[in-house]
Amino acid sequence: MTRDMSYEAVMARRGEIMKKAIGIDYDVFESGSISFDYERMMKETGYSLQEIEEIQKRTGVGNTPILELRNLTKLARKFAPKGKGARIFIKDEASNPSGSFKARRAATACYHAKKLGYKGVIAATSGNYGAAVASQAAMQGLKCIVVQECYDSRGVGQPEIIEKARACEAYGAEVVQLSVGPELFYTFLVLLEETGFFNASLYSPFGIAGVETLGYEISMQFREREGRDPDAVVITNAGGGNLTGTARGLLKAGAIETKIIGASVSLEGLHMASDTQFNKKSFTTGHTGFGIPFATWPDRSDVPRSAARPLRYLDRYVTMNQGSVFYMTELLAQLEGLERGPAGNTSLAAAFKLAQEMDEDKIIVVQETEYTGAGKHINPQLTFARENGIEIIIGDPADEIPGKNIVLPKDPSFVMIQDLDLNRTRRSYIRNAINNMNITEVNNEDLEFLAKDTKSSLEFVKGILDELGVKY
Amino acid sequence: MDAKRGDWVRIHNTILEVGQRAKNIPEDTQNVPLEVWVKGFLVNDSAKIGDTVKVETYIGRIVEGTLIEVNPYYKHDYGKAVPELLYIGRQAREILGEEAGNND
Repeated sequence: MTRDMSYEAVMARRGEIMKKAIGIDYDVFESGSISFDYERMMKETGYSLQEIEEIQKRTGVGNTPILELRNLTKLARKFAPKGKGARIFIKDEASNPSGSFKARRAATACYHAKKLGYKGVIAATSGNYGAAVASQAAMQGLKCIVVQECYDSRGVGQPEIIEKARACEAYGAEVVQLSVGPELFYTFLVLLEETGFFNASLYSPFGIAGVETLGYEISMQFREREGRDPDAVVITNAGGGNLTGTARGLLKAGAIETKIIGASVSLEGLHMASDTQFNKKSFTTGHTGFGIPFATWPDRSDVPRSAARPLRYLDRYVTMNQGSVFYMTELLAQLEGLERGPAGNTSLAAAFKLAQEMDEDKIIVVQETEYTGAGKHINPQLTFARENGIEIIIGDPADEIPGKNIVLPKDPSFVMIQDLDLNRTRRSYIRNAINNMNITEVNNEDLEFLAKDTKSSLEFVKGILDELGVKY
Repeated sequence: MDAKRGDWVRIHNTILEVGQRAKNIPEDTQNVPLEVWVKGFLVNDSAKIGDTVKVETYIGRIVEGTLIEVNPYYKHDYGKAVPELLYIGRQAREILGEEAGNND
């Protein structure tokens, strides 16, 4: 009997394919309603922090240096009120084997796949995670397929994504490149079914646990070097895993006073699944097009329950324009001698501005950098933007309209961030939870879960439920 | 003949035709097919650009599609000069003046 490979049939087999490809029975953590046992899922399917440190050490992942950005700090202070301008530090995650923090996630995923006896791994990613999985697969003796959303219907590919394909191929992976559309997930399922490979999801408990070492290292490194934990850690946010893992690691280290600040590039107005808008954006990750949907509904990912739950940990969430991130990328090279990013410098742009609100003796940490390469660099990305009709302007970032122009701040005082109203985001999350579960009444367990999953309170959740007309 | 067995080539295929695409996606995307590009070693004895061929991918999967390129190469680069970027470093260095330096 041949299997029905139509879109509908494969999507209908989703649950069964996933279970086989990730080796986790998510049902055991479910309550049957909105809530599920997140911490039990993380504990029973993941690894302890010490085990992960061991796994990562074997492949040269982690223990990346902390660098103090003294010139950028001085520059920030020039534009800060007297006595303000926190010390800015950066964790140079580009020193990981595949050039980004994603090596941490990939190391645990590939280790786990190997341990369970899978012959290969598959990851659906257009970002640094592809190279990370390919690199780790090479080290662990696994085959690797990376599925990318890469081209528009004209066959024009984002230079940044093409570079990532090149990196994957350099590590011996097969790269399957697709045109725009969320049906990438269909192709992903077909490949999992055909090969029987492991789903190296970005959102599995082991993937997220892999990032916990990043947060833990930050705390340990600062205690050693400055005698205390940093006051704030800024994290570029897309799918939420970087933020979740780092925050969990900081908490495991006991850094409970450290503020967790998310940062995303604003792509407001651009539709992520639009063929014609695909090449109008200059960021393929770290942007609000992923950041907001994944914060307000984490379980949209490629696993039944995402281990990446950013709202659980966020204290503050800021956005900025594309031009400000390109600008900071150039400043990082020019003033600190570090050519990194650009996408990973989203949190740097935020930190430059946030530092100006904080006292001089405070410490703010930008928790990642990423490698720079052909295509993945401000020059080719701005060249590409211009070729796609985007105007490049030196001026006020407030005038940037994603898809129309990119505005570089005319001087450092013009770098701008905007605070996202987290209560609005929390409200959307609660509404999505209700709608997706299709329920009219929530139980006590759900109430507590929603309060925890949104880092709010029972009163807050009840207030939203009242608004939505949901009984509890 | 453009390629012979064992040559490293790039193929193209359509996964979902217009009309087969997911219902909840923007109209512009609904109106174009979902396409795929894969590289591999040519399995056919020989082929011309435009032929339907089979390839063996680097990890050993057999995939069918239309031959579009032989010895495909990476065309991405470091871009053209972007004059708009040139003020950034000079301006920042001027603002910092003598304070620039990491030795304090």
